[in-house]
Amino acid sequence: MNFNATLIGQSITFVFFVWFCMKFVWPPIMNALETRKKQIADGLAAGDRGKHELELAAKKAADNLRDAKAQAAEVIAQAEKRAAQIVEEAKMAAKEEGDRQLAAAQANIEQEANRARESLREQVAGLAVAGAEKILRREVNAQTHADLLGQLKAEL
Amino acid sequence: MASEYASSGEYIKHHLQNLTYGQLPEGTVRYDGTVLNAPTWTFAHGTEEVQAMGFWSINVDSMLFSIGLGVLFLFFFRMAAKKATTGVPGGLQNFVEWIIEFIDTSVRGSFSHRNAMVGPLALTIFIWVFLMNAMDLIPVDWLPYAASLAGVPYFKIVPTTDPNVTFGLALSVFALVLYYSVKMKGSGGFFAELAFQPFQAKNPILKYLVFMPINLLLEGVSLIAKPISLALRLFGNMYAGEMIFILIALMFGGGWILAAFGGVLQWAWAVFHILIITLQAFIFMTLTIVYLDMAHAEHH
Repeated sequence: MNFNATLIGQSITFVFFVWFCMKFVWPPIMNALETRKKQIADGLAAGDRGKHELELAAKKAADNLRDAKAQAAEVIAQAEKRAAQIVEEAKMAAKEEGDRQLAAAQANIEQEANRARESLREQVAGLAVAGAEKILRREVNAQTHADLLGQLKAEL
Repeated sequence: MASEYASSGEYIKHHLQNLTYGQLPEGTVRYDGTVLNAPTWTFAHGTEEVQAMGFWSINVDSMLFSIGLGVLFLFFFRMAAKKATTGVPGGLQNFVEWIIEFIDTSVRGSFSHRNAMVGPLALTIFIWVFLMNAMDLIPVDWLPYAASLAGVPYFKIVPTTDPNVTFGLALSVFALVLYYSVKMKGSGGFFAELAFQPFQAKNPILKYLVFMPINLLLEGVSLIAKPISLALRLFGNMYAGEMIFILIALMFGGGWILAAFGGVLQWAWAVFHILIITLQAFIFMTLTIVYLDMAHAEHH
């Protein structure tokens, strides 16, 4: 083994290479590695967050759907109730109208009956008077008994 | 190509010599028998000339390949770093990110302090050492033969089989270990770590006169052993691996049966070597991290 100045040259070269590597090679690549690591971590975190948000949104959608269904059911129930009410009201109105018309008819009938009775009474009274006249025409003077007959007519 | 050499010994020796550039002193007898009448800067031929050049010479091939591979590594990684996006990464960025994540995990696993330098340091060591080791997989004769055609006498393409390279790395790491030891614990704390353990005593005489020298010796040896073992482990593994490739390459000159057998062996050893080059790069990196972690740790 012969040692010579190569030893020194080698050391200087080595120091220079290490310096160069330390200055221009190692930091940029380590930076790139670190940054990428961070980016990947961030990406994964964002993915997780997205998944979480999706879950939340799905839950919210389900809630909304349930609410809407409940509302719709309520509206339908209300409508049914209202329809029943309307039918009921119509029924009531119809019944009232019928009653009223019935009452009017009855009043009419009564009136007609009264009128008929009145005319009958008139006719009966007339007949009675005519009968009595016929009887009395033979026995009494019509003038003498006129006020008696008028009295009788009023009583009938 | 082995047949071009006088003996297999010479072939091996030739393959294990670096292309060394340095100054030969006056009066040196060159490989071709000429005598220098003045100090001359030149490439060394043969071990004697390398030794004659002394310390102030340089292994051109080691420097060329280590710098070239390092620049290649930094070029591709810088390209990926420049275009680094936080979005979907492309092929190169994906690959670079995969390596950096792997290094970062290793650093986090063994280094429990805060230091922005350790990650890039580990990355540089791992990739650079891996690439330098990987040169071992290129068949031993290709590049040296091409170089010899171009007139270059020696060409050793695996920088980590040059102890200068591995020691250069290990000593730099060792300097960092010393620096952070002193920075984190103070020079007193660092000294105390070396002097007052593993043997401890309440009695001052025992503590300072008996145990301190023993502790200093033990801890000093273990401290010095760190860079040496770091450098020698890598060098030894790669040198041995290269040596086996060279020995296998020798078989190619021994008739077609032996050459075919050598081809199979070379393939098998290369496959096994893929494991070794990766493992050695990883071990060098991990031990560096561990040593730096120990340098940061407060002792009790």
